[in-house]
Amino acid sequence: MRLCITAKGPSLGDDIDLSFGRAAYFLFHDPKTGELHAIPNSPGAHGAGVQAARIVAENGAKTVITGSVGPNAYRGLVAAGAEIYVGAEGTVADAIAAYKEGKLPRADGPSGRGHGR
Amino acid sequence: MKITVASGKGGTGKTTVATNLALALADDHPVQFLDCDVEEPNAHIFLKPQIGQRKSVEKLLPKVDEHLCTRCGNCAEACEFNAIAVIGKKVLVYNDLCHGCGLCKLVCPVGAISEIPHELGVIESGTARGFPFSHGLLNIGEAMATPLIHELKAGIDPEALIILDAPPGTGCPTIAAIQGADLALLVTEPTPFGLHDLRAAVGVARSLGVPIGVIINRDGIGDDRVERYCEEEGIPIVLKIPFDREIAQFYSRGVSLVDVLPEWRERFISLYGMLTAGLVSDIPGERRAQNAPLQEGGGK
Ligand code: SF4
Ligand code: SF4
Repeated sequence: MRLCITAKGPSLGDDIDLSFGRAAYFLFHDPKTGELHAIPNSPGAHGAGVQAARIVAENGAKTVITGSVGPNAYRGLVAAGAEIYVGAEGTVADAIAAYKEGKLPRADGPSGRGHGR
Repeated sequence: MKITVASGKGGTGKTTVATNLALALADDHPVQFLDCDVEEPNAHIFLKPQIGQRKSVEKLLPKVDEHLCTRCGNCAEACEFNAIAVIGKKVLVYNDLCHGCGLCKLVCPVGAISEIPHELGVIESGTARGFPFSHGLLNIGEAMATPLIHELKAGIDPEALIILDAPPGTGCPTIAAIQGADLALLVTEPTPFGLHDLRAAVGVARSLGVPIGVIINRDGIGDDRVERYCEEEGIPIVLKIPFDREIAQFYSRGVSLVDVLPEWRERFISLYGMLTAGLVSDIPGERRAQNAPLQEGGGK
């Protein structure tokens, strides 16, 4: 099972980046194998959320852990078949722990405001 | 002559300036008024136009035939706005991001993309107090304001004195409204927030090479930082409208200052005289406007 966590830096000790589309890094992590793979984000002026959803889909993560997710990203992630957990805080490691304990709410719609325009 | 009245944020009195200027000048000049604040047009409240024409503004939105589509991803690769994405087994089109440029359709190797017209809003045109008036109304939930502004500007009479009420902010719609103007009148308040937004608006006008005059509204409520900034930057302050109960009351009732306070009619007339006489630094006078009809800026 591959997780995607939005983070301000490339390691498990870095803080969560609260905005999905404009996060600094996407951390792909498999808790079973310990595999960790960081992809820096370079959001363009348009459609950052869509672009981010594509990165998640292309890297095969089916679970996303982030702060909030805008409408365009939400639609993309749903198309990618990903489950989205929002409200994460603290470090990436904290957020993964919170997710495992079932403390993060699963998003059933966009939470953040979109930055589409 | 084309004057755009703009501000870095809403609620600064931009529409007050634009509508009063138009009303004060309409007796002696061929005024044409364009309300380009298409998300929240309110000049009509003050100018009370008779609307004669309505025109729909559309864009062409791609529609993907899922049966023909091979998920090759060419469309998504080509779109610079991320408005179409191939994710998993789906091709998603994002209306709010799509500029209707048609590129995705061109690059689709199997002809899976067709285009369907999608209404962004309408342009209403008519007459207000004897001069031509038009405004754009962006449909609720639409994000693309710029095409409406271009459509409004396409209706500009080159012989007219254009007063254009720009959308607040510094984004694409504001840029579209300032582009090609002879002068940007930037309305602000003498507060730290006002200064912050003014700086942003000055940045936009300067990047477009449009001369600037600043109008301070609700003068007296804040400090002198806006004035100091303008002095440092060499930007003329062309008018100050005091913070005044009477003025605020007229505004709230949809009454224009120049209609009830003759001294304000005089002030707006002399403001225009000052702008065209070139007393304000590097603002081109009417000479240029007469000799060289305004060219529309390139833009999308
Ligand atoms: S029409 Fe242009 S902007 Fe819209 S999805 Fe196609 S390529 Fe992108
Ligand atoms: S270019 Fe055409 S075939 Fe390729 S993914 Fe887009 S719609 Fe489908």
